Amino acid sequence: MSIAKALQEWLQSIPKLQMQKRSEQWLQLLCPAEQLPELTRHLVEDEEAEFATLLVEESAKEDALSVHYLFYLPSTGNLIELKVEAPAGTELPAISDTVHAADWHEREAWDLYGLRFSGHPFLGDFVLHDDDWPEGLDPMRRSFDGKHRPDLHGSGVDWAPPRLLQEEGAMVFPVGPVWGDFNESGLWLLETPGEQIRYLHTRLFYKYRGVEKIAEGRTVDQGLLLAERFAGASAFAHAWAYCQALEQIAACQVPTRAQQLRIVFAELERIRHHAANIAEIAGSTALSVAKALAQGIVEDLLRLSAQLCGHRYFFGVLTPGGLREDLDESKLKLIKQTLPELDQRMQLLEKQLESSSSFLDRIEEMGTLDNELARIYGVVGPIARASGRSIDLRRNLPYGQYVFLSPDIPVEQEGDGYARLRIFFAESRISVKIILELLPFMAEGPVQSPCPIQEGHALSWVEAPSGATFHWLRCTGDGTITRLRLGTPGFRNWHAFERAIEGAAFQDFPIILATWGLSIAENDR
Amino acid sequence: MSFWPYYGLQRGITTTSWPDGAEDSAGITPGRPRARPTERAEEIAAVCPTQALKVVRQDGTDGVAVDFSRCIHCQRCRQGENALPWTTDFSWGAPSTSAQSTLGSRFTRSLQVLYVDAGACGACVNEVRLIDAPPYNLHRLGIFVTATPRDADVLLVAGPITDAMRTAISKAYAAMPEPKRVMGMGTCAINGGVFGESFACAGGLEKIVPVDLWLPGCPPPPLAIIHGLLSLVGRVAPAALEEQP
Repeated sequence: MSIAKALQEWLQSIPKLQMQKRSEQWLQLLCPAEQLPELTRHLVEDEEAEFATLLVEESAKEDALSVHYLFYLPSTGNLIELKVEAPAGTELPAISDTVHAADWHEREAWDLYGLRFSGHPFLGDFVLHDDDWPEGLDPMRRSFDGKHRPDLHGSGVDWAPPRLLQEEGAMVFPVGPVWGDFNESGLWLLETPGEQIRYLHTRLFYKYRGVEKIAEGRTVDQGLLLAERFAGASAFAHAWAYCQALEQIAACQVPTRAQQLRIVFAELERIRHHAANIAEIAGSTALSVAKALAQGIVEDLLRLSAQLCGHRYFFGVLTPGGLREDLDESKLKLIKQTLPELDQRMQLLEKQLESSSSFLDRIEEMGTLDNELARIYGVVGPIARASGRSIDLRRNLPYGQYVFLSPDIPVEQEGDGYARLRIFFAESRISVKIILELLPFMAEGPVQSPCPIQEGHALSWVEAPSGATFHWLRCTGDGTITRLRLGTPGFRNWHAFERAIEGAAFQDFPIILATWGLSIAENDR
Repeated sequence: MSFWPYYGLQRGITTTSWPDGAEDSAGITPGRPRARPTERAEEIAAVCPTQALKVVRQDGTDGVAVDFSRCIHCQRCRQGENALPWTTDFSWGAPSTSAQSTLGSRFTRSLQVLYVDAGACGACVNEVRLIDAPPYNLHRLGIFVTATPRDADVLLVAGPITDAMRTAISKAYAAMPEPKRVMGMGTCAINGGVFGESFACAGGLEKIVPVDLWLPGCPPPPLAIIHGLLSLVGRVAPAALEEQP
């Protein structure tokens, strides 16, 4: 598909803009920094482009950075890349006032690269916590040795939670980083005059493992281990995106059977991810039987996964060029036998939950993210689709065999906890349907084709269970990674989370958190 | 009006009888490779991306030893012509070199566990969440989960120990009453796993607090976690971290 004429003409009318077609689908614009705000505003507001991710790369030249703003057009499936060169010491204009989805990306680039964005109101204390990390040390820079912990430690400033609320009796109530029974680490600061939460300040990155940094210098094979194991709940999706990038670089054609099996695994992972979220939602409202029933489904799906590929979380299944192992007839039959029964249990659970008025009271009109906010924050995945945004990379930017499948994309309008619950159920149902409809048409043949290592770079994407994920990979001819960018759905959606809390009552916080079902590992990387 | 108690009863009992009875349902564990004598030890060890397989020579015969603290079940040694045999066991909890004695009979009916996530990917968290789900039902064994270190007997830590979680782990450990035990869960907690030691990760729980029990696996399945907890009390026999051919 080609880019709309009107957009092309508009772009040509801008002086000093160099256009370059990277492929039929991908348009690269080399643009001067001062034109960034206007260009990005036009793309997002007039062309309804979606922000994909921000990629910073250090060029070979001393300290210079090249900054790529990646967008895609959901209506035509085109990618638009704005590339800006930033020599040492440059400040780029912040685009987050018009493209709010880029807000956290700019904060991240400041923390990790020391790239300053003029006009950004909140730079600092984000990925690297001020009380823990020395000031002025940028870990993603090539000159920084990522193998060791820096000797110098802490900025010497005691970190204090930010306070907006200036009322008598107002307080900040901290939740985390170690909290509740079995939870991921993160800190939530609830500002309240007593009962109602007025503001929430989310402080994440307690789990920052520097995956993008430690990947540099490793081989592409070791990189695959990182890509599949940094976010275990959607391991297959991330490993798939990573393998796609390598396959693109090598111009490798993945055999049809492997393409189809990848869909089977990815959709199984989606069902399990959603079922685990449903279990947490039921648990957060103290509905223990419903939680137990959902957990039973999760466990049975994990056992099914292990029987299919040997691992409960699909670790080690993917390899660049296809799959490590084929599924024989008996395993395909096992899916055919197991899935309908699991689907029935899911549907029964949905019916039971929908007839529990006390449960619905806790999630209806709770943690609402309306359509306008969802658009401004550019949320992705089930969260976006529960707020009336019909975007799914499987349809809008199809990859692999999804080109031929065009799966149904459920959309709800309310944006509240109940809408998200319905989306989780609806998507699992559709995933079951996709798998069962695909199985009779499995192609014969190998599941692996050679994927030689070559120098190059590629952008790839997958609709992970939690939403759109974009991976950027650059490697040398001997298979060493020089840049791995993980643009994850968790990083996008956590950004908007605090807006859904405002105005909620204290005891609703864990429930709203559960209905969002966000992974911190995926955010922190 | 809803009928949740009825819905629950309708589903019947799904809980395993382990450790009293045997448990061999398909898919409860990813399994792991077994050490064995073989002439092709070099070739076999070369497929392992994490150096969990080691070539050993004893009395003139070659063999492959397995270091479970490094194994991440990537399955590369399970496939191909040189495949190693894989077990389907889950009794993986192994005492550390600095292990204290087992907690003993006073804790067999009430063991309180505090879970701290120090950078785990989400698979460990998910497996931990399942240990008190009906298929495994932790409570039947007198083990409970607590949200506060003041009540905790066992500190269960997963993840490669990120920089920002160091303080939280030390504080939680200090706040626990004696006697207390520490269990490092997953390959990441033992040596950093695929993340290793870096500017962001300590790469090993032992660098922050003393550890009594290691639970290898990526991730260890629910029954392995239960095995680890039971062996801290001395109710089951612990395993070893290495296997020689």
